[in-house]
Amino acid sequence: MSEAPHDWALIFRAQFGSILAALMMHTRDISLAEDAIQESFLQAAERWPVSGLPDNPGAWLFTVAKRRLFDLLRKSAVRHRSENNEAIYTSLHDQNLCPEEEYAIPEERLRLIFTCCHPALSENVRVALTLKTLCGLSIKEIARAFFSSSAAIEQRLTRAKQKIRKAGIAYEVPEGDALVARLPSVLSVIYLIYNESYSAYEGQALTRDDFALEAIRLARVLYHLLPHSQVGGLLALLLLHDSRRCARVSSRQSFIPLQAQDRSLWDQALILEGGEILNRAIAEGAPDPYKIQAAISALHCEAVTWEETHWAQIELLYTSLYKLEPSPVVLLNQAVVVANSGRAALAFERLQGLAGPLERYQPFYAARADIAHTLGLYSQASSDYLRAIKLTKNSVEITYLESQRAKLESFLT
Amino acid sequence: MQFLALIYSVENSDDVDMPTLMAQYEAFSEEAGAAGVLAGGNALEPVSTATSIKVRNGSSNYTDGPFAETKEQLGGYYMLECANLDEALTWASKIPTARYGTIEVRPVMDFED
Repeated sequence: MSEAPHDWALIFRAQFGSILAALMMHTRDISLAEDAIQESFLQAAERWPVSGLPDNPGAWLFTVAKRRLFDLLRKSAVRHRSENNEAIYTSLHDQNLCPEEEYAIPEERLRLIFTCCHPALSENVRVALTLKTLCGLSIKEIARAFFSSSAAIEQRLTRAKQKIRKAGIAYEVPEGDALVARLPSVLSVIYLIYNESYSAYEGQALTRDDFALEAIRLARVLYHLLPHSQVGGLLALLLLHDSRRCARVSSRQSFIPLQAQDRSLWDQALILEGGEILNRAIAEGAPDPYKIQAAISALHCEAVTWEETHWAQIELLYTSLYKLEPSPVVLLNQAVVVANSGRAALAFERLQGLAGPLERYQPFYAARADIAHTLGLYSQASSDYLRAIKLTKNSVEITYLESQRAKLESFLT
Repeated sequence: MQFLALIYSVENSDDVDMPTLMAQYEAFSEEAGAAGVLAGGNALEPVSTATSIKVRNGSSNYTDGPFAETKEQLGGYYMLECANLDEALTWASKIPTARYGTIEVRPVMDFED
């Protein structure tokens, strides 16, 4: 057969979340449902090389997984003599839906998303659980992304599932005010997964496309199921940001800052889609940090050249963002915009006020180094690049910062 | 007078096996019940199921885990009958001390589960 196992891994991952959600109609035990899916993947790996890829791989996997779940539930019912499990087992036989309809039940998918992202779970647990149950990533992949051991991630997931089962976390989509209150913890998980694709780490390429794509897929699913303006804002932000992914890294895997990017490489389809979703989100709801950041990203995307960027508008948007999210990082980004619009001295002055709160923050030193360079403060620039390099783990970024620092050498001697 | 006896131990550090321990707890309950001193009591789910909540400037902050600050002291308790954790946390956030202290929310153990 022509399909390579690698493609199947992608199919498995793409199907995992919706199959799990559909199985959760019959059990509230995530681990048990995951075991059943694992079995369906194993069977597929045995059968598909011989039989070829089925017309609807998702439905095939779901049918096998559901049958396996029957078995597991029956065994557990026999073991525990639980009437509840017996009832579930009986109900499984009453289902006459065709698999395609059955595993595409949106309400179940949403329930699973809201359960995995419950605010009573800590953020790192929410992220790991979402990557495992909704994105279908393996424990090994998650461990690698977090610089952690598989055993540690496994333990984190086990504990999370135990908490969901025992702490009374409802398996339902909250309604009304409760939905609005719970939404941020869902959106922050998706945003963190996306940022994971950027986050620096040792000896790796700068962008981790997998995480970016998973986050966008999840944001799309969520927006499709729950077209709330806050979800739209996040999806727009991810799409607009991602439109520049190809231009951000050169073929030699070195980092290219916005200023130097080849704008013809930006993905216009994503920019168009992101812009439309953003406009709808702005029309339908109050400003929130995701929408404002998406608007900033959209202004960058619209600019034909770096020089033509609407810096004044971007500066104002950062002021609005700071009102909603009073963090020194927002002020840092605003100061960089001030410098880009030709007011480097003012920007440098503002940065001095942020030196305390951002003492351990790598982008602070990288930004101040660039601005000091512009102002001819070469020894300041040099020492800031060194601080930034010391705080960076990503080899691609280190190479970039070192090349920036090398440009200063003729001035320093 | 009523007194609250709080049961502290390192989890899974029981000095006898579970059936023996359960029998000992039953014996204690029967003895205290017969003497008319037992006004209620429950076992709690393990500490891994705990959620702590603080309300600061009107917004609720959740922590996944038990209350760990040793300077603050246990000052009381409510038993809340709720459909799920969200409902319990909503009620817990209305307890006045949530504004300046912390409320740890843990489910009462369900021995059937």
